[in-house]
Amino acid sequence: MSDDLRDLYQEVILDHAKNPRNYGAPEQDGNQSHRLAHGNNPLCGDRLTLHVTVADGLVQGARFEGDGCAISMASASLMTEAVKGKPEAEVRDLFERFHEMMTVEDAEPDPDSLDKLAVFSGVREFPVRVKCATLAWHTLIAALDGSDDATTEV
Amino acid sequence: MTMAHQNEDMAYDVERVRADFPIFEHPINGHPLVFLDSAASAQKPRATIDALSRVYETEYANIHRGVYDLSMRTTKAFEGARDKVRDFLGAAESREVIFVRGGTEGINLVAQTYGRANLEAGDEIILSHMEHHSNIVPWQMLRDEKDLTLRVAPIDDQGNFLLDEFEKLLNERTKIVAITHASNALGTIVPLKQVIAMAHDRGAVVLVDGCQAVPHMTVDVVDLDCDFYVFSGHKLYGPSGIGALYGKAALLEAMPPYQGGGEMILTVAFDKTEFNVIPHKFEAGTPHIAGAIALGATIDYLNELGFDHIAAHEKMLLEYATERLTEFNSLHLIGTADNKASILSFTLQGIHPHDIGTVLDRSGIAIRAGHHCAQPVMDRFGIAATARASFGIYNSREDVDALAAAIGKTIEMFG
Repeated sequence: MSDDLRDLYQEVILDHAKNPRNYGAPEQDGNQSHRLAHGNNPLCGDRLTLHVTVADGLVQGARFEGDGCAISMASASLMTEAVKGKPEAEVRDLFERFHEMMTVEDAEPDPDSLDKLAVFSGVREFPVRVKCATLAWHTLIAALDGSDDATTEV
Repeated sequence: MTMAHQNEDMAYDVERVRADFPIFEHPINGHPLVFLDSAASAQKPRATIDALSRVYETEYANIHRGVYDLSMRTTKAFEGARDKVRDFLGAAESREVIFVRGGTEGINLVAQTYGRANLEAGDEIILSHMEHHSNIVPWQMLRDEKDLTLRVAPIDDQGNFLLDEFEKLLNERTKIVAITHASNALGTIVPLKQVIAMAHDRGAVVLVDGCQAVPHMTVDVVDLDCDFYVFSGHKLYGPSGIGALYGKAALLEAMPPYQGGGEMILTVAFDKTEFNVIPHKFEAGTPHIAGAIALGATIDYLNELGFDHIAAHEKMLLEYATERLTEFNSLHLIGTADNKASILSFTLQGIHPHDIGTVLDRSGIAIRAGHHCAQPVMDRFGIAATARASFGIYNSREDVDALAAAIGKTIEMFG
């Protein structure tokens, strides 16, 4: 197997793809701070539904449903873990840095700031797969913005 | 495997054919290119590439208007290409061949001219469940404009076209049947002769999307008795941006023009314009001149190989690939119709087609992963996407072996 393939499909990614965390719709508890958005990648037909609970400016939790490739499943799974308990503004900033890591040549992700999300640095060698890694994030931002729909085609 | 070897067409030298395609001289990700995506767009032989260069280097000028030698020579070559397409499709007359950008434009042309002029509210159009988006959306646009009904002819779980079910959909309101000759997602070849005879019995005209059929088999539009037939040059190993629409002369003559502009007129005054005769009536503006001429050269090249030999070679590849791929227990073939073009759509248990595509690419193997611009047929099988290997004239048994080995690696990696 080539090295960049090993960099793309790191163990952590394969693990989260096979056993996604925070998967499935949350229980309906009438919580007013619950927001939902649908994400769609028209290039491959992948769809994803994201549920996020925000209170006092903090992301209390996020869950997702859907089906997709290993990159998009693992990204959604790791994202739900990464954003939990973070202020909304910090979540948006985190997405900016996550996106930059995969798209900007020679970007040096700060391992401390991206934590586990740094496993996606290998995506940079596969530009066509960046949309797979960002679908969940686009959907999360749409939910935070109060929009129902997100697409990778913007 | 021994059986397949015995079936191999000895008159067909795939290594010689490969040598005609310069793209194979360039490695991909450090591996020789194994190109299994010809159904999306085929690679080009040197004959096609040389024809394009030759036009621009030695005989290029605008056509149908110059009084000088160069323009007349270009016009002759362009019209010569039309004659080659006529013979390729078995059409009776060259004026029944309209040059278009590709299959998509050909279908839109028929929808927007014949469809607009002849259909009215309540009329019906029948499509099959395995149409490419390009043979769905133009009819939906017409439906919404004219308040028509679209009906969908079903397929079975193997992807076979259900002739009996199709016949039940026909009625006196059926005005157009728009149907693929061969499915790009499943490979299924539609029993066109029966479909066309049934449609004609009810007075409907039939448009055939031949994009996936012409690279694999001899087509005879007179024998089929279809009213319209479209194909794209780029899937036929020719240039992109050029294709052809065949239409019966009587229908084309009665149809209003598609786009307005130069070439499609006889006289223009501000109060009245007189349209040109077919095929020029439908060819507004300067066409892809070099593309059409190179398409003619491509057809010459394919005829030299011989479609009997091409079909036999691809049948051997399809059988061998089906045998090798079904060795994997977790591999599920989507589309196993009795009569198929050399297309293998498949899914792997627990592995998304995009991941398959990425892993295979690193071994130099190009396949298509996705919905193949045919989302309704993906929905029919309850999936979002498949991986698809499609075989062309330059593919070999070694390509199939490389595919099988890479699928094995993929399963190991994600297993």
